[in-house]
Amino acid sequence: MAGPEFTAPVLREYPVIPILQRGAMAAATPYLANEKIQEALGFPGKLVDDWHDKAIAKMGDLLGKYRSLKVFLDTCVHCGACSDKCHYFLGSGDPKNMPVARQDLLRSVYRRHFTLAGKMFPQLVGARELTREVLDEWYTYYNQCSECRRCSVFCPYGIDTAEVTMAAREILDSVGLGQKYSNEIIGKVHKIGNNLGLPGPALENTLEGLEEDIKEDTGIDVRYPLDVHGAEVLLVTPSADFFAEPHIESLIGYGKVFHAAGISWTLSSKASEAGNFGMFIGNYEQLRKVALRVREAAQELGVKRIVVGECGHAWRIAYSFWNTLTGIGAGANDPFAIQLQSQLDHRHKQPMHICELTWDLIQRGALSFDKEANDHRIITFHDSCNVARATRMGNTPGGQFEIPRHIIKAVANHYVEMAPGTTHEQTFCCGGGGGILTDEMLDLRIKGTLPRMEALKQVVDSDGVNFMVTICAICKAQFTKVVPYYGFKMSMIGGVHQLVSTAIKLGDK
Amino acid sequence: MSAATLFFAVLFYLATAVLLIGLGRKIADYARTPAPLLIPTTPAPTTTGGVVLRLLRELTLFESLFKSNLWLWVLGMLFHVGLALVLARHLRYFSEPVWAWVAVIQPFGIYAGLAMLAGLAGLWARRLLIERIRYISTPSDHLMLLLLMGITASGLMMKFVSHTDIVAVKVFFLGLLRFNPQPLPVDAPLYVHLTLVAVLMLVFPISKLLHAPGLFFSPTRNQRDNPREARHLAPWAAKLEVK
Repeated sequence: MAGPEFTAPVLREYPVIPILQRGAMAAATPYLANEKIQEALGFPGKLVDDWHDKAIAKMGDLLGKYRSLKVFLDTCVHCGACSDKCHYFLGSGDPKNMPVARQDLLRSVYRRHFTLAGKMFPQLVGARELTREVLDEWYTYYNQCSECRRCSVFCPYGIDTAEVTMAAREILDSVGLGQKYSNEIIGKVHKIGNNLGLPGPALENTLEGLEEDIKEDTGIDVRYPLDVHGAEVLLVTPSADFFAEPHIESLIGYGKVFHAAGISWTLSSKASEAGNFGMFIGNYEQLRKVALRVREAAQELGVKRIVVGECGHAWRIAYSFWNTLTGIGAGANDPFAIQLQSQLDHRHKQPMHICELTWDLIQRGALSFDKEANDHRIITFHDSCNVARATRMGNTPGGQFEIPRHIIKAVANHYVEMAPGTTHEQTFCCGGGGGILTDEMLDLRIKGTLPRMEALKQVVDSDGVNFMVTICAICKAQFTKVVPYYGFKMSMIGGVHQLVSTAIKLGDK
Repeated sequence: MSAATLFFAVLFYLATAVLLIGLGRKIADYARTPAPLLIPTTPAPTTTGGVVLRLLRELTLFESLFKSNLWLWVLGMLFHVGLALVLARHLRYFSEPVWAWVAVIQPFGIYAGLAMLAGLAGLWARRLLIERIRYISTPSDHLMLLLLMGITASGLMMKFVSHTDIVAVKVFFLGLLRFNPQPLPVDAPLYVHLTLVAVLMLVFPISKLLHAPGLFFSPTRNQRDNPREARHLAPWAAKLEVK
């Protein structure tokens, strides 16, 4: 695509908090969704005439529906604990990318309209009227948040900027200012079944091609079944896994794991997407509607288990929200959820992450590996934000960190950890999450990945790391696009099940 | 009854009423507002006992703040621990006979007042000197620190500069508690101290001081990490299912 050329910030040996660069990212604004895209989701096609009143009314509506928003807007004391934690701030220096300042864009209007102090003494408490400029500022800076929740780790009151961002985007959608990238994708899911708009027959072709390739490589018939009724497992995975590099390498890995373990499984053409951008735009109805496709597919196919592929926000939605939204989970006592839950096999976690499944099989000795097959790789692991800070794997808190690392160490010999403070719950976002993985946001995406690149550079220099794996489709797509700006090769990005795929022994077990 | 006594008696009844009613209404509002999705910041405890411990750690140790910034944590601790001790020390004005543990901590309360002042001064210096903290500060953020420093300094003055007849002050407050106001001694630092404290109580329910109750209602901190084991459904969200 012909567009402006961007250069990456210089990697520093000792990262320091940047000097404020006011307005540095004021021009980084995503394309507006057109009328067709907006109306397909039930949002106004363009900015409505009474946007001021509508926006305030929507804010009031959300304040009544979400305790998080209400408490978070009240409790901030401007202590600054979060002020140097956002990757976009660290990469750009734009003060409005400090989490507290980002929240304040909305909080200032909340104070003006919903608090006594803000009504009486607006200047004193930083309250302001919602003007067209403020609305545009919301559009710009709430679309510069990847909803990664890193700030929420450090806030003494647990304020999560992602919740504020979601509310702001919901308000913007309700007055007709939708973001093209996210809303167009949600429309595609409703219409076709996945984010990429890959129709059923094309998917079938892709999977057949995959089977042929693997047969050629290994001589073994590894199957990638689609819409198989009565399969035990329904695998729901991000649609990027079907054709994007390096995503597809992990899909190959999932299939090999199922094959080696002898588990019958299927993909679904109806639920051929684990991603759910309804969360990114903060719209509960869209979030729910997209998630219900998985419920319907599970019921139609009569599966006993639902497993989720390598995708960060999808795992958050599956793990944390599916039981709420669709009943996929356990422990319900209402007819809607019981209808589905009585079908599922509760000897297994529902839903289950592919890493939980693989690690469980490894522990039981059901898989065997040729670890040396990965010896050309010196590997590090990038914790994806949604997996790290919004989900769990396994039975104990922190399993989301341990299980992927256990798998890596079980299938490869060379593993190096990046610096503390850049991994686990304090991991840095890849810079492309939360619905901004689009070309017009490239400048922000390059700057936002700076903290991760600095941590990566350290282990590249000290240990010769040449492969960074992750379990998120957005991380993979973002990194392969932006690492070249920092002088790394895009081929150094991969998935955990890509490593599994390389090392797994097929056929002799 | 002198005009000053009457003024402060009315002021403290009013401030107490505003504080209790205002805070009560806010807490009820927080409690009533549903949390439709499970959003604990993970790793999070899976049991209720674990959540209680997490909140206790946040309350007493400022666990998250400690992860964020050691200087800020030290200053915040100096102020808040100091405040807690000073508040406990002040219980002697409201109990007769004075509870034993309140008597024990009396000497510490004085150092605590100095710690408060040091903490507040440090926090204000941060707000003034660090560019990005200055950027996020509103006038009320500065005024709140000034208010608290005024309260602390006027309180310390009564101890170290001009001694106030605290026995009479105690009689005044015990009188207020029994709805039988007694004369308040004439004393400038005392008047300043009491006025500022009343202002603090009045603004509590409409200011960022709401961070105190807010912590306990923060879904990222008070929710259990058990979404796969139990179905969590807000009433308004449940209605979507019956359509």
